[in-house]
Amino acid sequence: MAWMVWTLPTAVFFSTIAAILAGMTAWEVISPTVERKGFLPIATTRGDRLFIGLLSAAYIHLIVVGFTDITIWFALALSVVWLLILMRWG
Amino acid sequence: MNQRIDTHVEQAGAPQGQSSGQFQRAEASKRGRSRLRPRTLLAIYLVFIMLPIYWLLNMSFQTNSEILGSFSLWPQNFTTANYMGIFTDSSWYMGYVNSIGYVLMNMLISISVALPAAYAFSRFRFIGDKHLFFWLLTNLMAPPAVFLLPYFQLYYSVGLFDTHIAVALAHCLFNIPLAIWILEGFMSSVPKEVDETAYIDGYSFPRFFVKIFIPMIRSGIGVTLFFLFMFSWVELLLARTLTATNAQPIGMIMTRTSTASGIDWGTLAAAGVLTILPGIVVVYFVRNHIAKGFALGRT
Amino acid sequence: MVNKVYNNRAWLLVLPMLALVAFSAIIPLMTVVNYSVQDVFDANTRFFTGIEWFERTLNDAGLQAALLRQFAFSFTVLAIQVPLGIGIALLMPKRGWQASAVLILITLPLLIPWNVVGSIWQIFTRGDIGLMGVGLRELGYGYNITRNPVDAWATIVLMDVWHWTPLIALLCYSGLRSIPEAYYQAARIDRASKWAVFRYIQLPKLTNVLVIGVLLRFMHSFMIYAEPFVLTGGGPGSSTTFLSQSLATMAIGQQDLGPSAAFSLIYFLIILLVCWVFYTAIMNMQKDKAERGGV
Repeated sequence: MAWMVWTLPTAVFFSTIAAILAGMTAWEVISPTVERKGFLPIATTRGDRLFIGLLSAAYIHLIVVGFTDITIWFALALSVVWLLILMRWG
Repeated sequence: MNQRIDTHVEQAGAPQGQSSGQFQRAEASKRGRSRLRPRTLLAIYLVFIMLPIYWLLNMSFQTNSEILGSFSLWPQNFTTANYMGIFTDSSWYMGYVNSIGYVLMNMLISISVALPAAYAFSRFRFIGDKHLFFWLLTNLMAPPAVFLLPYFQLYYSVGLFDTHIAVALAHCLFNIPLAIWILEGFMSSVPKEVDETAYIDGYSFPRFFVKIFIPMIRSGIGVTLFFLFMFSWVELLLARTLTATNAQPIGMIMTRTSTASGIDWGTLAAAGVLTILPGIVVVYFVRNHIAKGFALGRT
Repeated sequence: MVNKVYNNRAWLLVLPMLALVAFSAIIPLMTVVNYSVQDVFDANTRFFTGIEWFERTLNDAGLQAALLRQFAFSFTVLAIQVPLGIGIALLMPKRGWQASAVLILITLPLLIPWNVVGSIWQIFTRGDIGLMGVGLRELGYGYNITRNPVDAWATIVLMDVWHWTPLIALLCYSGLRSIPEAYYQAARIDRASKWAVFRYIQLPKLTNVLVIGVLLRFMHSFMIYAEPFVLTGGGPGSSTTFLSQSLATMAIGQQDLGPSAAFSLIYFLIILLVCWVFYTAIMNMQKDKAERGGV
């Protein structure tokens, strides 16, 4: 495993992703998702909204890191808020 | 088919009150002429396809001095020395053996794990099925260049570096998703009643799958194997990175023709021609499956 | 469409595939992410750099130019290949030995290793020994792909059209062959125009194969590497340097693991977004159509 050159932040990152996926699966087993139409132009399930949220979070980070001087923690906070909005009303 | 529809285009502009007798006469006279045009266009395209290949073939039968010395549309001094050079040098022809070896392994691995998976996607809904399917597609999107270094390290650390199986496994990255994508379309077109009848007749799942289902999608498997062969045979970046000497693909060995003293055009051309031949064999075997027609994808 | 049964035991059928693909996809992807936040010399000598590589990659003018070129290239070849491929598929003979012969000839370019494609076109276009190179010069055009960026671009586009139009043609041909003859007979009785037949009978049947074709073509054109590398080496200057080549230069040539990993991730995210939007749009269009009781 040494060649994978793990660091703490990336380990935390992947653990979070794995935990979210596990959580989503458990949630799905307990109460299956229903496809619905929120403010997004397409009807989505919970999993779709999570994917859209994560993908847009990646882009938010890239924009903040690449083209502004704002700290990355702001991007993280913004992404989390956006993800929650998306999950609830998307 | 085209020519018949063709006449309708011209007919559409004609007055509506035309009798059917006139219609048929007009159609008969135009049939000959309008058949010609598609054929000509197709012929032009085929010439476009064949010209570069012909040029490669032309060069492979010339000596280097003739290639560089004079420009000619066909070999003036026909020679097979370039091919002889390849067939008598084991470091050359082993390149072909290596490439064919890992391609066959990859086809075998990919199809055997893709068949049950595609069946699952075509027959069942399960937690995360849509996302799993899209995730598979994302693997087709990953540029091989992205994975070069990790692959090298991964296969080195598990002791598979410079083996055929390493390349075969690496090519699974894009070939398994592709196989599932294609097979799923074929399987969805088999009515579900087939499965149900078999189960009522007392078939177990594995027996049903092998004895009844696989023969039914034979042409789908043929088409899939064709695409698996194609994408594994043509890929070089990963194959080159994961091998050193024992499993080196032919594409890599070909770079040897370019040396400090110039490029050995004749050998390069001959080696190139030889890489086309396995493809011809494969497409010859699946031509009927493709011509039979298939509607790919999820409907 | 088959009515699917909800059954989570289907996961058992998927598992072997998942294990293999995950081995080849997830472990390397994690490693790339790890690389991207560090300056790696070897497994023991490395420094945490955080977001520095991402910052640098996003602001690298050379890479931004390569990205624009990449988009321009991908859209150019798609715009040529998709209509041309459909056209060829419509022209291909339907049966008999001619159908087989045309099928085999058309498929040839697809089955040639990518670097050999580069070599073929290098031989074909060289000004001293190539048929096309010499031919164009004889006609009085000063064709030179090592000096003139326009020539180099045109040649690479032509090469890609030569190489990949057959894929679209092949997929469309198969799609067309799966249309029952009865549809055409009905159209003939209605005296449908050729355009109407194409628009309402053939095109709907082609949608699925075209989705696969366009997605595959977009992905592959977006990561084109071996062909331009052999043909022009990215030149003249950097006028035909596309993303994969910049990446390979960084990763293999300069051994800059960190920056090339950051670059890889950004590269991957771009492809992911474009393909996701396309895929979702098509899937929704089909679902709408199905709900309205269409095809």
